[in-house]
Amino acid sequence: MNVTFTGEELAFRAEVRAFYETEFPQDILEKQNQAIPLTRDDVVRWHKIAYKRGWGAPNWPKKYGGTGWTPIQKYIFADEQARANAPVHLSFGVSMVGPIIYTFGTEEQMQRFLPDILEFNTWWCQGYSETGAGSDLASLKTRADLNGDHYIVNGTKTWTTLGQYADWIFCLVRTNSDVARRQEGISFVLIDLHQPGVTVKPILLLGGEHEVNEIHFENVKVPVENLVGEEGKGWTYGKVLLQHERTGIAGVAVSKFKLSRLRAQAGRSIRGADPLANNKAFMRRIAAAEVELKALEYTELRTLASIASGNAPGSESSILKIAGTELRQQIDTLQLEASGYYALPYVNDQYAIDFPPGERVGEGTQTQSSLLYFNHRKLSIFGGSNEIQKNIIAKHVLGL
Amino acid sequence: MDFSLNEVQTMLADSIEKFVANDYDFETRQKYAASECGYSKTVWQTFADLGWTAITFSEDDGGFDGSPVDVMIVMERLGRGLVVEPYLANIILAGGVLKRAASNAQKAEWLQPIISGELQATLAFVEPSAGYDINDVVTTAARDRDLWLLNGAKGYVLNGGEANLFIVPARTSGERTENAGITLFGIAADAAGLSVRDYATVDGQRAAEISLENVSAGAEQIIGEIHEGFDALDAAVADATLAVCAEAVGIMTILTEKTIEYSKNRVQFGVPISSFQALQHRMVEMYTACEQSRSLLMWAAMTVADGGEASEQAIHSIKYQIGVAGKRVGEEAVQIHGGMGVTWELDVAHYFKRLTAIGLMFGSADWHLDRLAAMNT
Repeated sequence: MNVTFTGEELAFRAEVRAFYETEFPQDILEKQNQAIPLTRDDVVRWHKIAYKRGWGAPNWPKKYGGTGWTPIQKYIFADEQARANAPVHLSFGVSMVGPIIYTFGTEEQMQRFLPDILEFNTWWCQGYSETGAGSDLASLKTRADLNGDHYIVNGTKTWTTLGQYADWIFCLVRTNSDVARRQEGISFVLIDLHQPGVTVKPILLLGGEHEVNEIHFENVKVPVENLVGEEGKGWTYGKVLLQHERTGIAGVAVSKFKLSRLRAQAGRSIRGADPLANNKAFMRRIAAAEVELKALEYTELRTLASIASGNAPGSESSILKIAGTELRQQIDTLQLEASGYYALPYVNDQYAIDFPPGERVGEGTQTQSSLLYFNHRKLSIFGGSNEIQKNIIAKHVLGL
Repeated sequence: MDFSLNEVQTMLADSIEKFVANDYDFETRQKYAASECGYSKTVWQTFADLGWTAITFSEDDGGFDGSPVDVMIVMERLGRGLVVEPYLANIILAGGVLKRAASNAQKAEWLQPIISGELQATLAFVEPSAGYDINDVVTTAARDRDLWLLNGAKGYVLNGGEANLFIVPARTSGERTENAGITLFGIAADAAGLSVRDYATVDGQRAAEISLENVSAGAEQIIGEIHEGFDALDAAVADATLAVCAEAVGIMTILTEKTIEYSKNRVQFGVPISSFQALQHRMVEMYTACEQSRSLLMWAAMTVADGGEASEQAIHSIKYQIGVAGKRVGEEAVQIHGGMGVTWELDVAHYFKRLTAIGLMFGSADWHLDRLAAMNT
């Protein structure tokens, strides 16, 4: 066992840090610091900067245009990214559909889709959940019926994150209803959203934010060459993808950043005569969260080490999802309580470009703390709810 | 020992429940919350016409001599309806100060129109840098011959955008955080030097930041004695604390009911999710949290009604309980509703947001627990 980084790894950390210090746009940083949601253009612009540096896909092998980094390098990268308060790479293209395409797709599909994902010329979104198929994903009803050289897709996908910006969607669809197990007969298809029969309808979340959508397909034509892998094997591919999603979902680096920022704020934020840092009860809760974070970080490192030695991420990734999301919600709660009355203003309009800064109510980290706390209730619900993760561990890890 | 409501209280409870059921469904509430002033003036007048604005005031002042138990009855039901009208700001906070400290002339000028529904008043009890300590007043009032000049800023002034009258605690002597030396002033919304920055709050209500720049006030605007405003301020905030706890119990109860109902109807894996034991136990815990909170609320309301020394302990205890149990019930309600629980469309999210806001006002659970721990009981 050895928990120190090698000289090369430390040099790599310095390289990443220097990149963020010089290349990360100040206007996007300002938004991040004020917890202001990024626009589509912000996201695209920043991705393209990372792409130019050769870091468009930190998690991909070199031969597809990725970085070919070791798991430890990826970990260091995520750490530095969070330390710079930069947004993580949007997951849908780079972390989700990309790996599915280069693992299960054809040479033609790789050439057609991967370069645009890498350069962020196409915005991808995910089409898994349906109104009746949430935790019970295998009960999905969106159909793709083969008709000559294309499928006809009918159905409705929901909770599609940032689908309002998307060009393409990867979907789990039912290609065969006459099966013994519901998990069979599900296929993984890629659908161009800019075509007749596709309707994207916003769903507002509890803070009023438009982050997710319902996407309706009515007789949408999807060429058979957009089927990834074998027909009827979509469930297996989707599961692999969810395991990748769960590893990222732990959010170790982001939690680390937020806790250290909270500590710094507690030192500055004066309540009456005292800084919050003098409040023992509050600081004990920060300390407890830090212990949990350290445990989570080493659980993740153990998983990464196992993947590095050639093992596939398995059901243990569910631990990362449960512990990681619970911790993030705990940190959101601390930030909320640290903000007190300043957590209560609902002042999205004050982040408009032409809003007079003098009329803002409180700092963004405070006034946005309640909205983040509300929005992040989703963390324990999406990507397979934490209840489902517990079922997975019970069944597949503990053999219960 | 008697936990039942008397005849008058039963009528009061019934009339509010009837109002919420008939005239205040969720869509209507959302419409009022999104309107320019953030509530319905027509509904407010209805409250006055039905006598609900008079409950907490003495018969001499034209009220019904209601007790903290009556307030509990009202607020719990307003909570169930997620009512956005400014009962807390106007009746409990501003009215709570005026009924205790105002002169007869001030009552005629301010309290009577509050009861009749014509005047919106509010209490500016939060200072930007004070956190939850209401004696931490740095806004000053300096004597200038016959007048007083007020300077300073207040935050989270409930219904500040619509208020005609602000009750402003200002320091006239003593050190920061001293109880003595705080004087209460009644300042009209159109006073020169007063500016109001009105904003929406995350729970569908409205508040304001106000700043006072050489706002002048005459002696007739001082509510109670000079330097001695703290007791009335403290008592009104204690009333309000108890009131929002009652509101929270109403919200927690309805969230628990809605969650149970949803779980019975939501089918996954071919069965209602209510059939999963893991979820059953969690709903039992929500129910338990509601009942424990209700019991403690009743104790607190009766203790405060008796007016004894235990009142302070009662207020700290119930607000701590609500802070912890409310958070738990709110989060569980959202979690068990799954994706639907985080949508704007469903009322559950809005109950959850109000419950969260209540947890953050008048002292967090930690803040009240600190005070309980320091008490010699």
